[in-house]
Amino acid sequence: MELRKDYFADVRKDGLNEIGQPRPRLDSPGHVTGKTAYFADRNFPGMLHLKMVRSPHHHARIRSIDTAEAEKHPGVVKVLTARDVPHNVYTILILIQIGPEDETVLADGKVRWKGEAVVAVLAETERAAQEAATKVKVDYEVLPAVFDMEEALKPGAPLVNEYHGQNYYLYDSGECRKVRFGDVEAGFAQADHILEQTYQSSPIEHAPTETTGCVVAPEGNDRFTCYTNTQAMFFTLDNTSIILQMPGSKLHFVGGTVGGGFGGKVDVIVEPIAILGAKLTGRPVCFIYSREEEMQISSPRAAEKVVIKDGVMKDGRIVARKVTGYTDAGAYSRHSPYGAQKGAAHYPGPYTIPNVWIDTYCVYTNRTPSSAMRGFGVTIGDFALEVQMDKLARLIGMDPLEFRFINAYRDGDMKAHRQPTEGAALIECMQEASRAANWPVAEKYMAMSSYRKGA
Amino acid sequence: MAKVPVQFTLNGSEKAEFIESGTTLLHALRDKIGDMSPKGACHQGTCGACSVIIDGELRLSCLTLAETCNGAAIRTTAGLAEGGVLHPLQRAFLDAFATQCGFCTPGMIMAAKVLLDRTPNPSREAVVEALSGNICRCTGYEPIIQAVLTAARANSQNAA
Repeated sequence: MELRKDYFADVRKDGLNEIGQPRPRLDSPGHVTGKTAYFADRNFPGMLHLKMVRSPHHHARIRSIDTAEAEKHPGVVKVLTARDVPHNVYTILILIQIGPEDETVLADGKVRWKGEAVVAVLAETERAAQEAATKVKVDYEVLPAVFDMEEALKPGAPLVNEYHGQNYYLYDSGECRKVRFGDVEAGFAQADHILEQTYQSSPIEHAPTETTGCVVAPEGNDRFTCYTNTQAMFFTLDNTSIILQMPGSKLHFVGGTVGGGFGGKVDVIVEPIAILGAKLTGRPVCFIYSREEEMQISSPRAAEKVVIKDGVMKDGRIVARKVTGYTDAGAYSRHSPYGAQKGAAHYPGPYTIPNVWIDTYCVYTNRTPSSAMRGFGVTIGDFALEVQMDKLARLIGMDPLEFRFINAYRDGDMKAHRQPTEGAALIECMQEASRAANWPVAEKYMAMSSYRKGA
Repeated sequence: MAKVPVQFTLNGSEKAEFIESGTTLLHALRDKIGDMSPKGACHQGTCGACSVIIDGELRLSCLTLAETCNGAAIRTTAGLAEGGVLHPLQRAFLDAFATQCGFCTPGMIMAAKVLLDRTPNPSREAVVEALSGNICRCTGYEPIIQAVLTAARANSQNAA
């Protein structure tokens, strides 16, 4: 691979000497010898195993929970329900003031998705915990469920989450996150062509090789050491502190070694209940998702629907873009209000468009709560808008790469969400892509720069 | 529950344990004996993370009952380095940047070892086939294949 150090050489202080040079990974010696300690490699005498009783229904009221038979099962040490959790209703983004608290650690009165945690069983062996979990009796009154975002937004749709009061996240801007820039209708009026397309995606599971989990050990100093594969150590520690109403000084989290995450291990799901189990029993506790739980229970990437309407001129300029984006949060917020908001800023793409109108909705349905995954909020958007770019180029009979040069953002351009563009490198990337892929473009594009001379 | 005695060698050392009948070899190795190098990932024989070598054969320890291993010679990645010197496969995985999260690595190395023990100088296709039961969700397959081929070359140079 050829390294082109001449790009941006005048604004760069380093010599890029590390790029292209092999450097050993610091964690690799542990990996190849089997010595790397993942959370499940911690084993403590007397460790209990936690298994979760989960909702078999997408949406139901809980009339009653009877744990008597489960508690009598041989090997069972403790059975936990909602009333054992000090602060049972939480939301992870409350740490950055994004509320309301809308999710239960253990279901209280209602379940809102199939697989929701209802009762936690702690037993001497994994098998005893599993067997006892089947003996917990939960009496459900099944409620109508909604699985489609547009259905969920219609009047009269079943209300998924009472903590929100409606099936969408209420931003300070209203029912959706809004970006308004220029005059989009005037832009459409002047456009030579208008193209409106709808793009949709399904939820995507991260499927890490190591499933989600943690091992908790109560210490002699009244602290709890939690070995976890969370990707969000301090989010998890602080939310656990809130849920358990326990000062952070009592919590010692050990992690950073993750057997594959891809964003799937940023929610705060296993740690609070495992630490609570360790606190109430005085014993070490292990809570590891089975492969089935990893696939069915852990948050996937959100399903998304993106409607893009563009106005384009024959000369290649995009003069107006209107986007309506829908993010399927599932039954609870987790990171989705943030993901949908990110999408709002992102939908113009790396292009400068003078007239932009964007609405992005974070919608609640009775599906598995979605959350982070590799560029969540923008990855599906990128798929949609780059397919749209190809379609627009075809519509006006222009080379798709040249079409992108014409619209590429450059330093100094104002983005639709009012951030001035700095450090743009799209043009230079496309110039190199043109050479590397042997996809020639007109010389005037090869002479362009992300700098605006004299700006 | 009644316990069953099992006795085998693990990386050359004698091991004896009383286990519950039905205990998997994976569980016995990790939770009884303390060799954490085989990883539990799918527990249904589809991912290869728990791979070990039993009497020279590549086996999935999550699907092998410990009580069937009486008298067996079991090898794991934890026992591969000798006297602190890495095995050529371990060295090659290090040098080729063939680990990412590392969770599949011990299983990959076991599968590769069985291949090289039998076929010291395999084709690329043979390496791909030999690793086909091991999932790397970080999808770092190409460096892993290169590492195995590099280790094979190191083997044949040493032999020459």
